[in-house]
Amino acid sequence: MSPRPGFVLEVDRSTPSTLFWHGERFSLERLPEGSRVIYAPEPVDPLKDPVAAIRSALSHPVGDRQPLPSLLRAGMKLTIAFDDISLPLPPMEQPDIRQMVIEQVLDMAAEAGVDDVALIVALALHRRMTEAELRHAIGDRIYDAFAPNGLLTQHDAEDADALVHLGLTDQGEDVEINKRAAESDLLVYVNINLVAMDGGHKSVATGLASYKSLRHHHNPLTMQKSRSFMDQHRSELHSSNWRMGRLIAASGVTVFQIETTLNNDTFPPAFGFLQKREWEWGAKDRLGYLASSKALDRTPARLARQIFHSVKAPHRMTSVQAGEVEAVHALTTQHVWDQQGVEVTGQTDILTMGLPYISPYNVNSILNPILVACLGLGYFFNLYRGKPLVREGGVVIMSHPTPWEFNPVHHPSYIDFFEEVLSETTDPIEVADRFEESFASDPWYIHLYRTGHAYHGVHPFYMWYWCAHALQHLGAVVVVGGDKAAVHRLGFRAASTLSDALEMAEDVVGRSPTLTHLHAPPVLMADVK
Amino acid sequence: MSADRGSSNSLRPLRAARTDSSLGTDGDGAANAAGTGILRRLSPSALAARSGRARFPLAAPSWPESVPRPPPTPELGVNYDTDWSRRYPVRLARAMVLDNVARPLARVLASPLIRGNEGLTDLEGPVIFAANHASHIDAPLLLSSLPLQFRHHTVVAAAADYFFDRRWKADAWSFLLAAIPIERTKVNRRSADLAAELLDDHWNLVIFPEGGRSPDGWAQTFTGGAAYLAARTGCAVVPVHLDGTRHILPKGGTGLRRTRTTITFGTPLWPDEGENARRFGARIEASVATMANEASSDWWTARKQAASGTTPPLQGPDAAPWRRSWMLSAAPAQHDRDDGVEWPTRKG
Repeated sequence: MSPRPGFVLEVDRSTPSTLFWHGERFSLERLPEGSRVIYAPEPVDPLKDPVAAIRSALSHPVGDRQPLPSLLRAGMKLTIAFDDISLPLPPMEQPDIRQMVIEQVLDMAAEAGVDDVALIVALALHRRMTEAELRHAIGDRIYDAFAPNGLLTQHDAEDADALVHLGLTDQGEDVEINKRAAESDLLVYVNINLVAMDGGHKSVATGLASYKSLRHHHNPLTMQKSRSFMDQHRSELHSSNWRMGRLIAASGVTVFQIETTLNNDTFPPAFGFLQKREWEWGAKDRLGYLASSKALDRTPARLARQIFHSVKAPHRMTSVQAGEVEAVHALTTQHVWDQQGVEVTGQTDILTMGLPYISPYNVNSILNPILVACLGLGYFFNLYRGKPLVREGGVVIMSHPTPWEFNPVHHPSYIDFFEEVLSETTDPIEVADRFEESFASDPWYIHLYRTGHAYHGVHPFYMWYWCAHALQHLGAVVVVGGDKAAVHRLGFRAASTLSDALEMAEDVVGRSPTLTHLHAPPVLMADVK
Repeated sequence: MSADRGSSNSLRPLRAARTDSSLGTDGDGAANAAGTGILRRLSPSALAARSGRARFPLAAPSWPESVPRPPPTPELGVNYDTDWSRRYPVRLARAMVLDNVARPLARVLASPLIRGNEGLTDLEGPVIFAANHASHIDAPLLLSSLPLQFRHHTVVAAAADYFFDRRWKADAWSFLLAAIPIERTKVNRRSADLAAELLDDHWNLVIFPEGGRSPDGWAQTFTGGAAYLAARTGCAVVPVHLDGTRHILPKGGTGLRRTRTTITFGTPLWPDEGENARRFGARIEASVATMANEASSDWWTARKQAASGTTPPLQGPDAAPWRRSWMLSAAPAQHDRDDGVEWPTRKG
């Protein structure tokens, strides 16, 4: 039986309570009659033989590219770059897609006698991955073959000697990327497309770029013009990346793009109820919910976080395509939509969302208040095509504990951003104008980024810019169950319960508002008509 | 946007207290409304209500009205295979539960007064027991009150869409009541064939011709299932009237309440030569109506009214809902009985 498509439920008196994520916890909340709940499509069937599919894709590329085996030759310089820890979410069960794809690429390279091969983690300004995380992503076999010889590196956006400036786009944007990648005879990029924002020219133009290059599209104005950044054709973020990608290609860098898509089988069977429609919960699902929710209520937050971050998603590959970047990405985007698209009619006054424990930037870490804002207003709010789910001047209600808590190893500059910047202003443009440069060039943050496992000093700014479209669009943001001080620091309103939040929202949007709940994860994309 | 400093804090206690009702969580209200008896407090729904959240997820979720139900999986509903529940080890286990758990429990809960069972002494099976239906307690009460020659060789016709829609429910009811799935909303060959086969195989059958529990205490019109099966198999139909069970657990009720009940077995009926199922069904219903009349008056009055055709209909008066409710006895029927008499009054 084919998987069921996404679904928009209209809540009636017979509708059971609806699951809301709340960080490392979840609860069942009763939504008012007439509310809508958007459910993701069921996981599409995975590829039966992913390895065979990968080999087939490499041998039958799309767009203006030769088959990979014919591009490989002895004496050439080959670089394989791949996505970092931010994808997929949650991290998938082994074997990770990156391992499966890179092993096939290396097999072909070995057959062709290619000796000069290097692997680069396309970090951009993200934190460096740990050995354990790398081993999980690419497997022990690859790690042991390359890491000890210094051939597995993590992109360093602050290493001037390892960067090369390729020129300016027609809009005057600097294109500066990893030197080894740029000077290779062939750059193979291995991507995992979790959401429609990922992949395409963004893989290289962002993943292997420097701050000097990134700042042209990672800024408030670009994000405000991206409606949404999940819709490539209406995203200024992507337009900028596409200009850069074309310049990279014009500079003689041959990119062989390999993109993969996943089904949205997000949680293992023990947490299967998290991705089921509540009225279809069987006895096992209800038992699982009761046992886990009661246990989590009594579990210290730190331990609950460790438990959840140890959860590996049973994602499976649904497609793999390789070849020229734009041709590949067109196919990839279609596969993503096939899995995640849900048609929704009309906007809503109030959009509710339960935020989970994880975002792309806190894998094995804390979802600090800035990341809470980014997850809700950056990612969830932008999961649309056409029009935002919530009308202009509407209200977003997010459920998350929003603790005033940071991981000092991973997010050192976030702490100062929260203390020093957001206490002054929450306006993204003012934030950028007054504070960005000093954080981006702070030598201590740069040192931690380059040698430790810290996000770049400017990264919290980007997280705030990610919210820029939503902040401009919304009348108010209410956080349910959040740390009041932290929520107020973000410029949002704090509510202790959902009913409180709804009353607060009514003060903004008027009486008898329409309400829509985004039942995610699993990830879905609302096609709003 | 601006932070609404302080507002949420100042409203927190008031709003938090308001949350349960406004968000639809039942809180203690359901339990309190249901009454104060210990049985009520221990009922699953009262426990669920008192646990501080709505019945779901402790109980199965309700199904949104706007979402069409998927067709039942082939293994459930009317297609559920109950053969296993009639195998000897299962029958033995069920007999032990019925005699050692259900009967004592029924005695505590329902104090059943059994009338008319002496007329079944010489009756040879298989037999169809056709009873009115007001409560979930009806089936276990009737089954545990049947004379011994029938009790452990009887199956209960149960709604396929209600008792067999989930695996655990189907398994539980098949074991506890030897329930078989019956399609109640439409004619289903498989349901009818199964019941007829079991009767041919000398199993007795308990059936509730109303097709479901009474919504307001008055009976619903009898359907022709029992009459059809009797006509098809030649079995006797024993009309049964259950009085008082709606006070224990009415439809939609959330708690159990202890009360006295009366089970009246009528004279066995057979379809007359050339009598169709519809007319025979009407006779069965009339017989139950006479017994209902007897429960609210006395045997002689009921017989006289039956003879004159003035027996009050089982379905109650055609009047406004409040009048129908008004006319029902609010209190459980009180019987002249000697509580010292051993129950059941007769074995076998």
